[in-house]
Amino acid sequence: MKLKGKVHKFGANIDTDVIIPARYLNLSEATELAKHCMEGINPQFISRVKPRDIIVATTNFGCGSSREHAPLAIKACGISCIIAKSFARIFFRNAINIGLPLLECDEAAEGTETGDIVEIDLAIGEIKNLTKNKIFVAKPYPDFMRELISSGGLIEYTKRKLKREA
Amino acid sequence: MGQTLSEKILSQKSGVEAKAKDIVIAPLDLVFVQDTTGPLTIKQFQESNFKSVAVPEKCAIFLDHATPSPSLELSNDHLLLRHFADETGCFISEVGEGVCHQIVAENFANPGDIIVGADSHTVTTGALAAFATGMGSSDVAIALALGKTWFRVPETFQILLTGNFPEKVGAKDLVLYLIGKIGADGANYKALEFGGETISSMSLSQRLTIANMAIEAGAKVGLFPSDEVTLTYLQSQGRGHKYKPLQPDTNATYEKIIPINVNQLEPMVALPHSVDNVAPVHQLKNTKVHQVFIGTCTNGRLEDLAIVAEILKNKKVHPKTRLLVTPASRNVLKQALKAGYIQTLIEAGAVLLPPGCAACLGLHQGVLGDEEVCLSTSNRNFKGRMGNPKAYIYLASPAIAAATALTGKITDPREIP
Repeated sequence: MKLKGKVHKFGANIDTDVIIPARYLNLSEATELAKHCMEGINPQFISRVKPRDIIVATTNFGCGSSREHAPLAIKACGISCIIAKSFARIFFRNAINIGLPLLECDEAAEGTETGDIVEIDLAIGEIKNLTKNKIFVAKPYPDFMRELISSGGLIEYTKRKLKREA
Repeated sequence: MGQTLSEKILSQKSGVEAKAKDIVIAPLDLVFVQDTTGPLTIKQFQESNFKSVAVPEKCAIFLDHATPSPSLELSNDHLLLRHFADETGCFISEVGEGVCHQIVAENFANPGDIIVGADSHTVTTGALAAFATGMGSSDVAIALALGKTWFRVPETFQILLTGNFPEKVGAKDLVLYLIGKIGADGANYKALEFGGETISSMSLSQRLTIANMAIEAGAKVGLFPSDEVTLTYLQSQGRGHKYKPLQPDTNATYEKIIPINVNQLEPMVALPHSVDNVAPVHQLKNTKVHQVFIGTCTNGRLEDLAIVAEILKNKKVHPKTRLLVTPASRNVLKQALKAGYIQTLIEAGAVLLPPGCAACLGLHQGVLGDEEVCLSTSNRNFKGRMGNPKAYIYLASPAIAAATALTGKITDPREIP
């Protein structure tokens, strides 16, 4: 799967309370959640983000609450992938479970800025910064995780698997 | 080969020898959701075409995060959760019963159990030697339906505690110090396992405070071994028969050993907007505080209220500071009433809120105004956490919170006569 979009850069410890504050958690429609995505840290983000854009951050992205609303909000506002030096454990699992691809890559996190155009090949973990003309390589996913993402997430994946077993 | 507590529990439950980095599938002793993550979990559950939960008596729904409900939207979420409980036979904990993690400790968690909750502070009952961890709604929806899930066996950091706590220094100061030392992602994906001579003298309440905040360093679990303290607690809750001794092997493999001599600790505070931004209380002496919040799954237990009542006895809260107190559960509230703590707090000027999460996550009961400062005994001080990104949250122990409520600025509890 290939992805291409403009980068929105964030720093370290972007927590789930700034991604989506608790007062919006009763919105279980992803498109409604998306309207408040990143409100706590960058209220302009939502007016700047375009479909297929990419978030790049440094360490511990998505720390804090287990709220799956956080990756849902990010995915629904159009973000196609998050690249970071590291992700908090629960966020990592949640994002993969809803079919939002994540890549861990120190060099890409350092060598990319807001506004850069980046192209990603998920199958091989290749990240091309077209603006800066640089290529970075993240660790690619194990096969079952790629299948999970391409199914659209854990729910669809489980449905398919249970159907196959039945 | 020697096993850590995580390896031991995951081996016993999965039936295979589980080593760090392995992936195992294990049956679950408890799967739960609360009222902010529950509605999405149910949506995922229904979208998967599941009709029933695997084992109803091992599934629970807690109404605690916004209780009593402050809005019609949240009231409707509560209705949805009650309806799901009726249909599936899940246990439901109603408005006013208290915070999920406290009730899981009081009524469910046993040594060697595996517990999965749609709440990051599910780690709390690691204090009872349960492998308890938080997951998101999709994972928990599948766990409800199948009664099992997969785990990557975590590598373990052993936190080796020696010495005795100085006066007015305790579990909260220790865990803030630890998070400050290793950082907000210092234990990401890892298990924290507490050991050393100090733990045998630590109450279950203190252990719950520490395990609760393991997630603030990114940890998957925060585990204590089970011992006499665990047994006595389980007996007090009518579950003495559920006790089993659980210790790591002496030759277990740890990725890292972090020794801490608790004799050296001072009262600690986490500064806005990150839990690892910690400093000893004396460095913050003149910080003015508008609201003090005492409660939550971190520090809303009887022992915490006892500390607060002792400091506030026959004194008055500062006129420019609001003091909000929320017992972690109905059980805690009942005991605090009996012990006279509630009377003391009310006379000092505290506002008593019903058992639940209260002001912790900014949904109701104590949302902060612009530029206001709150000192809280909770576990998170993220920007906007208490409902306003223009407010500032400091985290500290019940002793610091009580002392601060009296003076209106961050205060070392050792300085209150």
